[in-house]
Amino acid sequence: MQAETALTRVGIWFLVMLAMIVIAAGTTTQGFAIQAAMVGLLALAMMFVTASRFDPLGSARGFFRMPTTPSRYDDDPIRWGAIATLFWGMAGFLVGLVIALQLAFPWLNFEPYLNFGRLRPLHTSAVIFAFGGNALIASSYYVVQRTSRTTLAFPALARFVFWGYQLFIVLAASGYLLGITQSKEYAEPEWYVDWWLTIVWVCYLLVFGGTLLKRHEPHIYVANWFYLAFIITVAMLHIVNNLDMPISLFEPKSYPLFGGVQGALVQWWYGHNAVGFFLTAGFLAMMYYFVPKQAERPIYSYRLSIIHFWSLIFLYIWAGPHHLHYTALPDWAQTLGMVFSVMLWMPSWGGMINGLMTLNGAWDKVRTDPIIRMMVAALAFYGMSTFEGPMMSVKSVNSLSHYTNWTIGHVHSGALGWNGLITFATLYYLYPRLWKRKRMYSLRMINWHFWLATLGIVFYAASMWVAGVTQGLMWREYGPDGYLVNSFVDSVAAIHPMYVLRAFGGFLYLSGAVVMVYNVWMTLAGKLRDEAPMRDAAYDPELDRPLPAIPHTAVPAE
Amino acid sequence: MSTENNEPIMARPLSQEPPDVAATVRGHARLERNVTLLGIATLLVVAVGGLVEIAPLFWIDTTIEKVQGIRPYTPLEQAGRDIFVREGCYSCHSQMIRPFRDEVERYGHYSLAAESMYDHPFQWGSERTGPDLARVGGRYSDEWHVQHMTDPQSVVPQSIMPKYGFLRDTDLATSEMADKLRALRRVGVPYTDRDIGEAMADAILQADPEQDAGDFAKRYPKAQIRDYDGQADRVTEMDALVAYLQVLGTMVDVNSAAAQEKLATEKGR
Ligand code: HEM
Ligand code: HEM
Repeated sequence: MQAETALTRVGIWFLVMLAMIVIAAGTTTQGFAIQAAMVGLLALAMMFVTASRFDPLGSARGFFRMPTTPSRYDDDPIRWGAIATLFWGMAGFLVGLVIALQLAFPWLNFEPYLNFGRLRPLHTSAVIFAFGGNALIASSYYVVQRTSRTTLAFPALARFVFWGYQLFIVLAASGYLLGITQSKEYAEPEWYVDWWLTIVWVCYLLVFGGTLLKRHEPHIYVANWFYLAFIITVAMLHIVNNLDMPISLFEPKSYPLFGGVQGALVQWWYGHNAVGFFLTAGFLAMMYYFVPKQAERPIYSYRLSIIHFWSLIFLYIWAGPHHLHYTALPDWAQTLGMVFSVMLWMPSWGGMINGLMTLNGAWDKVRTDPIIRMMVAALAFYGMSTFEGPMMSVKSVNSLSHYTNWTIGHVHSGALGWNGLITFATLYYLYPRLWKRKRMYSLRMINWHFWLATLGIVFYAASMWVAGVTQGLMWREYGPDGYLVNSFVDSVAAIHPMYVLRAFGGFLYLSGAVVMVYNVWMTLAGKLRDEAPMRDAAYDPELDRPLPAIPHTAVPAE
Repeated sequence: MSTENNEPIMARPLSQEPPDVAATVRGHARLERNVTLLGIATLLVVAVGGLVEIAPLFWIDTTIEKVQGIRPYTPLEQAGRDIFVREGCYSCHSQMIRPFRDEVERYGHYSLAAESMYDHPFQWGSERTGPDLARVGGRYSDEWHVQHMTDPQSVVPQSIMPKYGFLRDTDLATSEMADKLRALRRVGVPYTDRDIGEAMADAILQADPEQDAGDFAKRYPKAQIRDYDGQADRVTEMDALVAYLQVLGTMVDVNSAAAQEKLATEKGR
């Protein structure tokens, strides 16, 4: 680093620190002051770091045994992303288990910071945005370089995106515990965190789009379409749903521009498409690269992927109102939402079929390759929740399921089954390649992870379906005298056993993830477990290149 | 940040041909070879649904029924609402009664769009881990609420709600009240200059029946002035939260003949 640039950087950090001190001094909200102090301390640390030209990541790289040999691609931020994904995943699952236990045993609430209402958004943000988001950023960096035969555009910006995103997570999460939240589901962070995320996200678009621009492949591989749609649409949703009016620049509190009915529809337009583009389009991009790679077969149908892509992104946007059935939202909007949700079943299953049929001719791998098995299960759960979703969007079904734990069961069959398993499979694919190891430390442990996770999902989903239907039926039960039979709290008591079973399912799922952490740690350490072999797709550096995707000659496998 | 930048990245010789965007490809293949086109097409496709569904809500007249009685929250009620938002109560409690016989009998008249027109953010919720609160106002006494918030299991033994006793020990921060009302006015809640000027005083006097209320009752019709948390000497977060709970669903007289008639003709759903 040149002396001048070092000086400029120290100066910038100094300004950041100064701004934080001003905010900390000016605010009357303790939580905000703490957060400003956190950022201020970070800036102070960065000042020293820059000044001494100390490379803080160097020693951490050593700790995680990151390879120092030069890579063909720019893999450093991806390695960090792979670690962050696992770290936040563990945190998110653990908080999930805690809140599951709180619902079964309310004395586990510790007011005010660890009450259910503050921990629940911590769980949802940690699993969706921290675990899912890091998986998406890391895998998109990986896929876009390979399929474009080039390195990341703007390498410094790519690193800023990664670390800036971690700061977003920490600010959002600590905010919830300190009572800084907008209480809009999946859009809880306050205005200043939203602004920060906007900056990071625009840089993400620049890095991703820039890499595609400098590609050395004429054709943009289909996985990248999905990543691109995910990045663009999330930007649109995030900005519109977070148009807020801060009460002052010294306070964390703001009021959203849209309120009442309009606020509700904007929020669920956002909320449903957080599912549609964050948890679906982005993860489908992972599917379109990693499933064919692991199966060593080309994607089943190129035509189907075109239809899949455009119909999915077009239809998803309309489906938001199914979260508002029978509310004060006008009827016509509810009906539109219902119709489009039912239509959404088709592209969803089109995508699932495209993924599953990629295994044509390689079905034996489901038996022999635990990573493939995880991918197949993920696609199966994706198919299940995208069948269940359209069903729940039908107004008469929704009149029973809405407000009950049926929704929670639906969420987690998608989240644990689809997002969780496909992410684990992707990580198992990535770790040995990023760390230049022959394979994962143990393939049998992947198998254990698979079974623990699957069993956990079964417990989770089954218990919540039973709980949901129980609630729905108890609330509307009339006696022969024409009066309601149950008080509300009767239904709370009735589902207590289901809450306990769900927590057990969550415990199993978390245990599977613990096995994974051990397996990954040993892999990073360069160890190989001495075990009876299970087959894996062997790592061959020569094959680390784009899939043969010559559209006009692409023939379905077989 | 520094190391990898300087590192030679030993890519295999990359193809020398530039991306042949201009090649004579037609149809979908053009999108597949041009990032900018692909990005723009994507943005257009995803923008349609939102525009068609959301925009009309702002100009279709019947979206929000015109009913009597809706007024902006008083500063104390709004402060209570902010606490409701801060604590994430929405994660267990809905505020939206659907038009079904059992819900109407259990919770009261189904919710009207007008009743949340000044709610920024809306708090309709999506789960009923606990009961709906849209019309909880006036159903229980203040004492019941304070007892219930402090130790829910002491009044409903099977309840799984967390304790919120700390609200009773925390003084309400009233200094930002004017800023809050001003921000709310900017997003469309019709507070007057006087409301904003008096915001802090209004918040304190609504929890203190001893004070001279001035024109408070005129500016906020039907607002209840009383000591909500049973601690006469201070205004706490509990005062604010209970004031908010007690006003929920009470502004519109849903059973008055006039309201019913209006609804019959104007029901936007
Ligand atoms: C160990 C695993 C997990 C456990 C034990 C768990 C537990 C829970 C619990 C107890 C709730 C609150 C339900 C309620 O309010 O009644 C919840 C909500 C939620 N969780 Fe999880 N969770 C886990 C993993 C995940 C993962 C991996 C994801 C996403 C990728 C996820 C996404 C969500 C979402 C979106 C909600 C909110 C649902 C709604 O509002 O309808 N969870 N979870
Ligand atoms: C065709 C696809 C899908 C459709 C039509 C659909 C439909 C629905 C419906 C009707 C609800 C219940 C809304 C309510 O009554 O409050 C719901 C909730 C939810 N779904 Fe889906 N779903 C689909 C796929 C998925 C997938 C793949 C996931 C992945 C994780 C997912 C995540 C969620 C979440 C997080 C919620 C809870 C939202 C809340 O907080 O209330 N959905 N979905």
